[in-house]
Amino acid sequence: MSGVIVIGAGQAASALAAKLRAGGYEAPVTLIGEERDPPYQRPPLSKAYLLGEMPRDRLYLRPESFYAEAGITLRLGAPVTRIDPQARRVHLGEEALPFDHLVLATGARPRRLPAAIGGDLAGVFTLRGIADIEALAPLMRPGARLLVVGGGYIGLEAAAVARKLGLEVTLVEQSARILQRVAARETSDWFRALHQSHGVEIREGVGLARLTGETRVEGAELSDGTRLRIDLVIAGIGVSPESGLADAAGIACGNGIAVDAQGRTSAPGIWAAGDCAAFPWRGRQLRLESVQNAIEQAECVAANIMGAGRAYDPHPWFWSDQYDVKLQIAGLGQGHDHVVTRPGKRAGSVSHWYFAGPRLLAVDAMNDPRAYMAGKRMLEQGRSPEATEIADPTQDLAALMRAPARQTEES
Amino acid sequence: MAKITYIDPQGARHEIDLRPGMTVMEGARDNDVPGIVAECGGACACSTCHVYVAEGWADRLPPMDPMEEDMLDFAPGVEPGRSRLSCQLTVSEALDGLVVEVPQEQA
Ligand SMILES: Cc1cc2nc3c(=O)[nH]c(=O)nc-3n(C[C@H](O)[C@H](O)[C@H](O)COP(=O)(O)OP(=O)(O)OC[C@H]3O[C@@H](n4cnc5c(N)ncnc54)[C@H](O)[C@@H]3O)c2cc1C
Ligand code: FES
Repeated sequence: MSGVIVIGAGQAASALAAKLRAGGYEAPVTLIGEERDPPYQRPPLSKAYLLGEMPRDRLYLRPESFYAEAGITLRLGAPVTRIDPQARRVHLGEEALPFDHLVLATGARPRRLPAAIGGDLAGVFTLRGIADIEALAPLMRPGARLLVVGGGYIGLEAAAVARKLGLEVTLVEQSARILQRVAARETSDWFRALHQSHGVEIREGVGLARLTGETRVEGAELSDGTRLRIDLVIAGIGVSPESGLADAAGIACGNGIAVDAQGRTSAPGIWAAGDCAAFPWRGRQLRLESVQNAIEQAECVAANIMGAGRAYDPHPWFWSDQYDVKLQIAGLGQGHDHVVTRPGKRAGSVSHWYFAGPRLLAVDAMNDPRAYMAGKRMLEQGRSPEATEIADPTQDLAALMRAPARQTEES
Repeated sequence: MAKITYIDPQGARHEIDLRPGMTVMEGARDNDVPGIVAECGGACACSTCHVYVAEGWADRLPPMDPMEEDMLDFAPGVEPGRSRLSCQLTVSEALDGLVVEVPQEQA
């Protein structure tokens, strides 16, 4: 038996390997990762780790000894160069390794600012791996002028860390509002106000025209003609799924590596999970970039490699930390037609409930874990509260959760 | 070092010596104690690191902050006075001898 090879040694790979062993899978399991660190969690990279509040080994999902004890081979610092679906081999340069099952857990790659507008100048960063933070953190000094390009979660988290460290921060977002792609106007407004109150200069509807400097970035020109003097740039302008190997091998790809409900790609015995994989969900192909998805999709694929025949039907959730605010999101808000705001129990806590007609789609909870947990449970049970009940803070969430079911889940 | 005992959902006991500064969740994860999922990696965002602390311990632990308290309001199987999120319990000498029970279900 050649066993399972996983390309990528990140969040999904680690969950998959652990699940295979926990499920009694006995053949070899090998994780091949390009990075030098054992599988680690990325969320702290734009939070506590960037702030310098977390030692490196605490990022590791499990100690290295775990893999040895579980009979999981880690090949780190080892980029896979090619896969051969017919011969059932993966290639690392000259070396070829056979597999029974191959899992693509290659993650995603941050989009970079084009070199033509100065994206290759020194002092310009993206945030994806430990190496990015090691290079960036020493430059995050009080008084330094930082430009954050992109008002998504990673850009906003980086801005929050930078303010805590005493940098001057300008954030540009070319869309009309920050978080436009992922959140409702109410949530954008809430986070804009939060960042402004912490001294971040937020410019929406303004793009980056170009960065200037000899070898190191010194200035930026914005699409409205503004010129800024800056020392550092962090680009948080989204990621592209890492599907190059699959594409080159003739495996079907769209927005990521296309998989069926069980996680199978178009090539027999080859699976995909995590940030790189697009799966069918309620009538469309969906690709998620979250810890929840990496872990649960990987565990589903592990079960299916062992013959479970299970469909992946997630209840997505996500979180983000900015200053002293914890945002927790249950569900996916795309396609909502109205949003209900519910004040929380404690000062400053609030939640936004996304509805499409009578159906609850998602909840954004700001320092309001009760609202998050209640919304998550309702979504898991496929039931929707009345918008009027949610809007009324005297209605107890616990009672709403117990109320007679009003099933509105799509089947 | 502090000795922490985990009783997993099958009833098996895992006695583990932990370095002060780690969390009770990290101790379980690093030593492969079943049942502590810890999806968010200790960010107090998921509640899948829920444990019951043994009798007599609740008052000896550092108090809950509002986030932890509110998370536990709606987590499955919560028992007021016994339930904690293990990622919020930092190990110190004062926790030597702590016994925690891992629930059947995490979500
Ligand atoms: C800064 C940051 C903050 C985040 N914050 C949050 C958050 O708060 N909450 C949340 O839910 N999610 C967050 N995420 C997203 C989350 O971390 C990802 O969704 C998750 O890591 C995806 O797991 P994965 O295994 O699919 O990919 P990854 O963890 O990225 O692992 C993929 C691995 O594959 C390797 N690889 C790629 N190609 C090859 C090859 N050819 N050969 C060998 N190895 C290869 C890569 O080097 C990488 O190590 C954040 C991400 C980042 C970058
Ligand atoms: S690990 Fe997620 S809340 Fe403790």
